[in-house]
Amino acid sequence: MQRWPVLLFLAWVCLLFFAGIGLFMSGFLLTRIELASSSSCSDPLLPPPWQGQSLPPGSCWAPQRFSKAVLVIIDALRFEFARFNPAKASPLPYENKLSFLHHLTTSQPRHARLYRFRADPPTATMQRIKGLTTGSLPTFIDVGSNFATYAIQEDNLLAQLVQNGRRVVFMGDDTWEGLFPKKFFRSYFFPSFNVKDLHTVDDGILQHLYPTVDSGEWDMLIAHFLGVDHCGHKHGPDHPEMAKKLTQMNEMLRSLVDHLGNDTLLLVAGDHGMTETGDHGGESEKEVNAALFVYSRTPLFGTGPPEEPEAIPQVNLVPTVALLLGVPIPYSNIGEVMAELFSGDSDTVSAALQQLSVYHINAKQVDRFLQSYSLVAQDLPAEQLQRLQELFSGAVEEHTQLLDQVQGATLVPPELESRLGSLISRFQVYLREARAVCTQSWARFNSLRMVGGCTLIAASCLLCYMAAELAASSDSFYRSCLLYPLLWGLVVAVLLGLAHVFTQEGLDLLLVSSCTAAASQLGFFWHWWAWLGLAFPMGILLFRCGAMFSDSFVVAEARVAPFLLASLVMLLVGKLHWDGRLTVPEGPKQQVLGFSSYRREMWYLLCLVATLLVCVRLSGFFHQCREEIPQCRPSLFLSPLASLRNTRAKNLFYLLCVALLAGLVYAVRSWLRHYGNLNSSDPLVLFVRWGFPLLVLCIACYWAVVSSADDSLGKLQELVQVAIVAFPWAVYGLASMGLLLLLCNPLTVFAKDTWESAGSIVTPYLGAPSSEVDFLHVIPQIYKRMQESQKNRLERGSCRATIAAYGLGSVYSAALVIALTLLGFLLMLLHSERLSLAFLLLFLEAFVLLHIHTRARGLPFSVPWYAVISWLLAASQFFYSTGHQPIFPAIHWNAAFVGFHLDHSTNLLPAVLVGANTFASHILFAVGCPLLLLWPFLCEMPSSQKKKPKKEPREELQEVEEHMMEMRLRESPEKFSTALLQLGLKYLFVLGAQLLACVCAAMILRRHLMVWKVFAPKFLFESLGFVVSSICLLLGISLVMRVDCAVSTWFRQLQLR
Amino acid sequence: MKEVEIRRLFAANLLCVFSVILTAVVPALLWDGFTVLGTHLVWLCICSVCVGTVNVILHLVLKPNRSPKRSSLAHKISRFLKCCIYFFMSCIVFHAIIVLYGAPLLGSVTETFLFSVLLSTFTTLQCLCMLGPNIQAWIRVFSKNGAMSIWESSLQITTVCSILGAWFGAFPIPLDWDRPWQVWPISCSFGATFGYVAGLIIAPLWIHWNRKQLTYKSR
Repeated sequence: MQRWPVLLFLAWVCLLFFAGIGLFMSGFLLTRIELASSSSCSDPLLPPPWQGQSLPPGSCWAPQRFSKAVLVIIDALRFEFARFNPAKASPLPYENKLSFLHHLTTSQPRHARLYRFRADPPTATMQRIKGLTTGSLPTFIDVGSNFATYAIQEDNLLAQLVQNGRRVVFMGDDTWEGLFPKKFFRSYFFPSFNVKDLHTVDDGILQHLYPTVDSGEWDMLIAHFLGVDHCGHKHGPDHPEMAKKLTQMNEMLRSLVDHLGNDTLLLVAGDHGMTETGDHGGESEKEVNAALFVYSRTPLFGTGPPEEPEAIPQVNLVPTVALLLGVPIPYSNIGEVMAELFSGDSDTVSAALQQLSVYHINAKQVDRFLQSYSLVAQDLPAEQLQRLQELFSGAVEEHTQLLDQVQGATLVPPELESRLGSLISRFQVYLREARAVCTQSWARFNSLRMVGGCTLIAASCLLCYMAAELAASSDSFYRSCLLYPLLWGLVVAVLLGLAHVFTQEGLDLLLVSSCTAAASQLGFFWHWWAWLGLAFPMGILLFRCGAMFSDSFVVAEARVAPFLLASLVMLLVGKLHWDGRLTVPEGPKQQVLGFSSYRREMWYLLCLVATLLVCVRLSGFFHQCREEIPQCRPSLFLSPLASLRNTRAKNLFYLLCVALLAGLVYAVRSWLRHYGNLNSSDPLVLFVRWGFPLLVLCIACYWAVVSSADDSLGKLQELVQVAIVAFPWAVYGLASMGLLLLLCNPLTVFAKDTWESAGSIVTPYLGAPSSEVDFLHVIPQIYKRMQESQKNRLERGSCRATIAAYGLGSVYSAALVIALTLLGFLLMLLHSERLSLAFLLLFLEAFVLLHIHTRARGLPFSVPWYAVISWLLAASQFFYSTGHQPIFPAIHWNAAFVGFHLDHSTNLLPAVLVGANTFASHILFAVGCPLLLLWPFLCEMPSSQKKKPKKEPREELQEVEEHMMEMRLRESPEKFSTALLQLGLKYLFVLGAQLLACVCAAMILRRHLMVWKVFAPKFLFESLGFVVSSICLLLGISLVMRVDCAVSTWFRQLQLR
Repeated sequence: MKEVEIRRLFAANLLCVFSVILTAVVPALLWDGFTVLGTHLVWLCICSVCVGTVNVILHLVLKPNRSPKRSSLAHKISRFLKCCIYFFMSCIVFHAIIVLYGAPLLGSVTETFLFSVLLSTFTTLQCLCMLGPNIQAWIRVFSKNGAMSIWESSLQITTVCSILGAWFGAFPIPLDWDRPWQVWPISCSFGATFGYVAGLIIAPLWIHWNRKQLTYKSR
């Protein structure tokens, strides 16, 4: 088989998987349908008037109560931050800091009130802004668009205000700029992305806030402060910095209230809360529980505040603010008005009537929304809609009757009050139930697409397995396995495309591509249906996949993966022992005794297994925690060195990390030297010799600058700012230069011609150019291209040419090892300093795994299943051991700022950096996957050498032929390509099986309590990991093929000489 | 001959099973407040000791393997001491392996160690009884076609079953059911015990079933 078909085939299989993932995702992560309609002033939603009241000019739907409003959003203002408890003797840093709010509520109980503000999950800022302005519920998929904020298409509060000629002024978080382009009368945006920066946004707002308020050129002023949230992310809530920040907010509010006029409503809201570690995004109580504070200089409330602050959903803010300011409620709002704000200072009955009229408007708006929504989409259940409709019409009817009776003065206060009260509660019931119905059914799934995606992935898995088994046996593999399926797919795609053209329907690209994928798979199975009965021998993989179906196991996966890895390796050793491959064949003497003794290699193998187990156990110390396990404490190694207070410990850790880096470089260099790949003077080898230490130096300098204390450097501050950016860029530059060199000329072979007589075909020691070459390892370094010299011998008669090539035997692995080291440096740079220990463990464990695999290998040209499975188990184990968890709060966002001091101009680059950080182990293991095939060839030399210590020169000739190492692969290019294909397919199969388990778990358990907390994030991480892994696998295999091409040209040049 | 041997093996194994059951029942009658779950460590000790004693007594009574040629007192004592050392070493090795598999390193050392003692009782002690302190014989027994009598086949089965049981016992630990038996090491020691009992019962049945195919090399 050629090289290209192999890559093409693997790419095709990857695309099949991608199509399956896409199809499943489109069914699983459904978005709510956004209605394009918007409310307008002239909509016939007016309630029946009472007491001959008519709308004042400038009001829509309801009489305007305030002409201006100030909305202060303090990001991540948890309810506990806003609450003031004077009885508390020793408050925590975040407690009792907003004393001014307390002062207002106690001194003016009818002017001010504090609420618990219940945010809907997901509690990410963008989703919350959407909820706060549209009054609708967010969906899960919105989390994915956090990097790129898109304009809100739905009707929203800001659009209504602008439509009704109000001037909206904004200052603060620049997320709003993307959400509401060109909506603001005036705006002051500040970059929000850098979470380490506590002050830029807040100081910027404070600079403009009071002048703007005093100028009076606004009707709605929104100020979005980010300092508290960023302080939570950087230090956590329980930190003196948080106290400072909250005190600053308190002072801000105090002076803001002084600047307000009588006709202004002040709202202070937190968009979400934060956990004990300062993160948010999930749906735990602490994240959901934000604070809302309402104040005006005119009395707002009819009665004093209740004992315990009332809890209100976040969407309720939208209709309330809209009606208070006299603009229509946004079309898709499902929130309920906060009626007590409408009572004013009139008597009980008229207050209740006023409340009823706003409820009436609100209910009519919600009813209109539900009706037009049910026309567009069928996902709201019909019988529930029917019931809601009955509730609504009943309440409206009674309202009309009641108003007639009030006007006719047939009702007296006690009875009137009770009837008003019951009617209000009927409206409340309607609004709340409508909201509940929407919440429930917007988590609906498209089961057909989900099943389809699942089947596609499962069939792809099966295809991988069969193709891996078939690759070795079939001759016409390429034609029947790639060409026909692709043709099938093409035909179906063309047919579908034609159908769409004729029916003039919109082309659903996803549907077309998945149909194509399904058809091309059908084409494959059509040819190989007879092989469907293959048995599955992989119990461990089955356990691994089964574990995806239990939320507890997904939560505990950081411990499950190493457990299974250890079991797999132990099982392998046990099996080898059981098969007697570790014992010496019984000699006559031993047979008498009935005993067998171990080979010496047995002890070597046991040592390897012990090292592996120790590695696995040690890597468990770098764990990150999930909120599901409350007693868990995240590993100390995850925090950056800068957070260490103890200078001595900091220095020690720093030295340790740098020493480890240097150790890694030394190990790689001595490995290369051992196999003779450091002899030539090619640019790549020179890079390995000098570039690697330089890389380490740059990383060490960067760590030193980053981990030094913030303020200690004083005047050097500017220099430090430059260095923080410059050093990572140096590393990026050097590493990419190394990778480019590797691509241009991946050969690390040093060839030396000798023209000698027949006597010494074997050139013993040729005095390598480098004095560092170890004399002992010269023989293994020599690969003698016998065919070459044979040919030359024929051509030139008596004169014999011998070419000694150093490092040819390990030319493939050397290229991979260099690439892996470079990638390793890049990824270590993106992690916090002390995780380099985990990376060292990763390299060590991979090395040990390769050696164990070499000891236990069977057929030379095929990689056994257990090796691939253990390799992938190690990959997922190190996903956890580099401080990651498959949940959104655990993503290391800091990685986006390595080498970038301020904000990013595009979203692609930070996404790549964060992605590389998250999937570091997936990347390394996938690129290194071809080593599984190469390593046994690499290690064949020592054993055969031991067996034949000293022979006659003529026999030595044969022996040298046995030292071909990786050149064996070169000898049979057909087998080599097949083996690479097989390896790739096996890797994809195991990855695909894990993915399939995740997909099935998400599908089957979609009504599970934990689906949004555990299974859906797990599925997203796993599918992203699959994409990253498969791309990296293709890259690794293409690198090997690139080396193969280079070796071919090298031989051709030799022949020409 | 073979039938008789199998019957003897079955009887011996049943005695072992019985002793395991008794360790759970009898102390509860004698001693107030004893439950297998509540005072698990005590039960671990009792079970190890009982199963160990029963095994040793059975070995002395039945003598499944031929006695060694030299049987001086000094030799016997040295054998006994060697056995003790081996047993202790196996406890340590099991402890290390369990920790490497993810048991807490510093916390609950007692629990882990007692669990490793139990595992050693189920596996190593049997080997010591059957084969003596002779590592090479152990290696021979635990390889393909290595068993030379039904006793050794039974040894293979029970040992593997115990370890498999312990391995499966680790599975419920991460589940969020909040049951008392999910605490380390209760589920694992239960798993090991059930595995051992299952092995004891399965072994004679399996041997009986396959008695035609099983041919043992004579020494």
